[in-house]
Amino acid sequence: MDTLILSRIQFGANISFHILFPTITIALGWVLLFFKLRFNATGEDRWMEAYRFWVKVFALSFAMGVVSGITMSFQFGTNWPGFMETVGNIAGPLLAYEVLTAFFLEAVFLGIMLFGASRVPGWLHTLATFLVAFGTTMSAFWIIVLNSWMHTPQGFEMIDGVAHATDWWAIIFNPSMPYRFAHMLLASFLTVSFLIAGVSAFRWIIGGRTAGVRVALKSAVYGAALLIPLQIYMGDMHGLNTLEHQPQKIAAMEANWETGPNVPLLLFAIPDDAARENRFEIAIPNLASLILTHHADGVVPGLNDFVGEDGEVLHPRVAAVFWSFRVMVGTGVAMLLLSWATAALLLRRGVEGLPRPVLYGLVGMTFSGWLATLAGWYTTEIGRQPWLVQGVLSTRDAVADVPAAMVASTLIAYLVVYALLLGAYILVIFYLARRAARGEKLDPRPEPRAVPIPAE
Amino acid sequence: MDMFSDPALWLPFVFAGLMGLSILIYVVLDGFDLGVGLLFPFANEGEKDRMIGSIGPFWDANETWLVLAVGLLLVAFPAAHGAILTALYLPVAVMLIGLILRGVAFEFRAKAPPEWKRLWNRAFFAGSLMTSMSQGFMLGMYVMGLTWTLPHVAFALLTAAFLTVGYSFIGATWVIHKSDGLLQLKAIDWAKGGVWGLVLGIGAVSAATPYVSVRIFDKWFSWPEALYLAPLPLLSAALVVGLWVALRRMPFDRDRRSWLPFAMATGLWATAFGGMAYSFYPYVVPEKLTIYEAASAPESLFIILVGTVVVLPTILGYSILAFTIFRGKARELRYD
Ligand code: HDD
Ligand code: HEM
Ligand code: HEM
Repeated sequence: MDTLILSRIQFGANISFHILFPTITIALGWVLLFFKLRFNATGEDRWMEAYRFWVKVFALSFAMGVVSGITMSFQFGTNWPGFMETVGNIAGPLLAYEVLTAFFLEAVFLGIMLFGASRVPGWLHTLATFLVAFGTTMSAFWIIVLNSWMHTPQGFEMIDGVAHATDWWAIIFNPSMPYRFAHMLLASFLTVSFLIAGVSAFRWIIGGRTAGVRVALKSAVYGAALLIPLQIYMGDMHGLNTLEHQPQKIAAMEANWETGPNVPLLLFAIPDDAARENRFEIAIPNLASLILTHHADGVVPGLNDFVGEDGEVLHPRVAAVFWSFRVMVGTGVAMLLLSWATAALLLRRGVEGLPRPVLYGLVGMTFSGWLATLAGWYTTEIGRQPWLVQGVLSTRDAVADVPAAMVASTLIAYLVVYALLLGAYILVIFYLARRAARGEKLDPRPEPRAVPIPAE
Repeated sequence: MDMFSDPALWLPFVFAGLMGLSILIYVVLDGFDLGVGLLFPFANEGEKDRMIGSIGPFWDANETWLVLAVGLLLVAFPAAHGAILTALYLPVAVMLIGLILRGVAFEFRAKAPPEWKRLWNRAFFAGSLMTSMSQGFMLGMYVMGLTWTLPHVAFALLTAAFLTVGYSFIGATWVIHKSDGLLQLKAIDWAKGGVWGLVLGIGAVSAATPYVSVRIFDKWFSWPEALYLAPLPLLSAALVVGLWVALRRMPFDRDRRSWLPFAMATGLWATAFGGMAYSFYPYVVPEKLTIYEAASAPESLFIILVGTVVVLPTILGYSILAFTIFRGKARELRYD
């Protein structure tokens, strides 16, 4: 394998690992604020119980997000120097604003939020919680601005092969930004809803039936049920926007080779890039045309339009985009079914009335948000190839001239570390859940000395 | 002066200054976090918890200065950023993995099953060690002009060791300030043992730099510059002596001035850092690329400068707030 492909795998692995944790912290920050405000308003201890458990998950996720984010900032220099050299005038200020307006805010107030409750007045602690949530959302905003600009660049001119900003408003509010930002925020809230629902269901099953578990489970399921239709609607809008700006990506998502009307929606297919056709298609007639243009005979772009005169392929590899898109949408549909069924049961019979299979279903879907989020990002990012900045800079031109063996060695090292940490993270979340269910007071002290365990 | 009328002249200078400032703040602040990690094997279980307690609320914000520093390098001097980071590809990777281990070990040691705690303590130490060593190594390579020859690597290994001892020293001075009783006495001993690392490290870099380049030699040893610069080495020497004397007498009566060694250590870093900045200016890639050649377009730099001027004081403000809220002797960390 050459340096380019190894660097791409390495970047993909690093960003995939990183995004898992912001996806949790962006929404969990607001959920914690919600718990805190409910407690302030009602004085009921169950809200504080929920807060105390989930703040630990937040702290752990935040640390994972921070350290993997630092890796991200160095990657540009170590692996993609061409990126900053070409579009640094635009990417630079956006990243700088992220550090200045978001990272410091959340990093400083995190300390107060986690450890300051007994040292500062209640309102300041609530404010710190708010500022941390606000900071993570700001991080997401700036990085999504940059990422969206890479998909739909505007507001700049090229001088001697280097992009120069001409209109910052146009750069920040580039055409795909609002859709991508909204879709990402919703993805984050859904990920957290299913995480909370799954872990709470787990605690319920193993006997930790406290008021805090009940209220967390209910909030999470109702939240998911409300947000998932919005997400599907946003996803549709996002797709229409992509059709306008990156038709080759839509063509790959639908594995549609020839431009034309009455395009079917493929439920299953094995796209073959070499032969430029699909095998084993199972399709619903006209549906792709209907979804994308709202007419059964609407014209959908095909991949064959994106091949240069000399045979150079200017569209992404089809199978990866096609399948990751289906994984995302499939997960979304599963989320819809499960959250609505559970919400309906909750409304009629309460948490006690939830049948076992539903509880197990929730546990099984604990990390479904991660799956959909990663699949969505793979669709987005692989769908942009061979471009790094659509139409401006190709991935090939940005890669660093370091020996392949060196990239391979760091790639292996990262993969090992990430696999271990991911395993440890998931184990620790369920360990905390089991301890809480056993009724042990979740002692946040670093040293779990012989804590007196109250009888069950 | 017409220097100020042309932003292409003063903006790179201002940004080099900002970048230098955030690196300095980083090495002092995360320096003490890393130092605490390096001292971990010397402490017993209870002491470990208190040491963690002394840095728990701060380390994340401290580390953010590194993100700002590399961010400024990346946004203000994109060409240099690529050149430096590709030349230092492997040590950067080692540092990143070190930072990852260090950062997550914090959380895991408190939350994982007790059987795993020893493992995470080790990861905390190993991560701090990897980070300090690789940073010291990169410093050495940078001073030597970023070329991988045997003598340069040997020199870089030396600076790696010195910086590591230097970090454990500043970590020890932080523990002196944040602890009392037996732990404080122990920390005073650690600091006494570590001060030489700093002295040798600063000495090695100061001695080596002038020999790497005639330009730097002339900057230091020509008349009358040598005279203007004399306060820098003299101040450093005075601080070293002051530290030595203070450490021998500590702890002072009723724990007064327990912050003194940390403050003096910070001063020492700052003078050493100032000297280095003076040597390398105007180069950002030593002897190859000046800050003026490497700088981004003035419009983009200006946009960032406006933000920085507004936001940096705010950041300093709430950082001071955090340090005030968590002032005093470290307690065990509790979420409530
Ligand atoms: C919980 C997560 C989640 C769920 C349930 C969905 N998505 Fe999604 N999707 C994302 C999480 C996500 C994401 C990770 O957040 C992406 C990647 C980039 C982005 O902005 O959102 C994304 C990208 C993305 C794109 C790529 C746009 C582009 O970059 O050009 C499209 C077309 C859709 N989504 C459409 C949908 C549809 C029709 C869904 C219906 C079920 C759906 N998404 C569910
Ligand atoms: C601002 C945010 C982002 C930037 C600046 C960015 C930039 C890049 C860069 C430089 C590459 C390398 C080119 C390549 O590998 O093909 C890339 C590819 C990739 N990115 Fe992103 N990315 C961002 C967000 C994300 C996110 C959040 C994910 C989610 C997991 C992601 C997933 C990927 C993947 C999987 C690839 C590999 C694509 C391939 O191999 O074809 N990216 N992106
Ligand atoms: C190439 C792309 C990226 C880079 C260089 C990057 C860089 C970073 C860095 C350095 C941090 C640590 C900040 C600190 O010290 O506190 C961080 C954290 C964070 N990042 Fe990223 N990031 C990237 C992609 C993304 C994406 C795509 C998202 C979300 C949509 C995101 C959202 C966040 C959030 C919310 C945090 C806050 C800390 C946390 O929750 O863990 N980042 N990122």
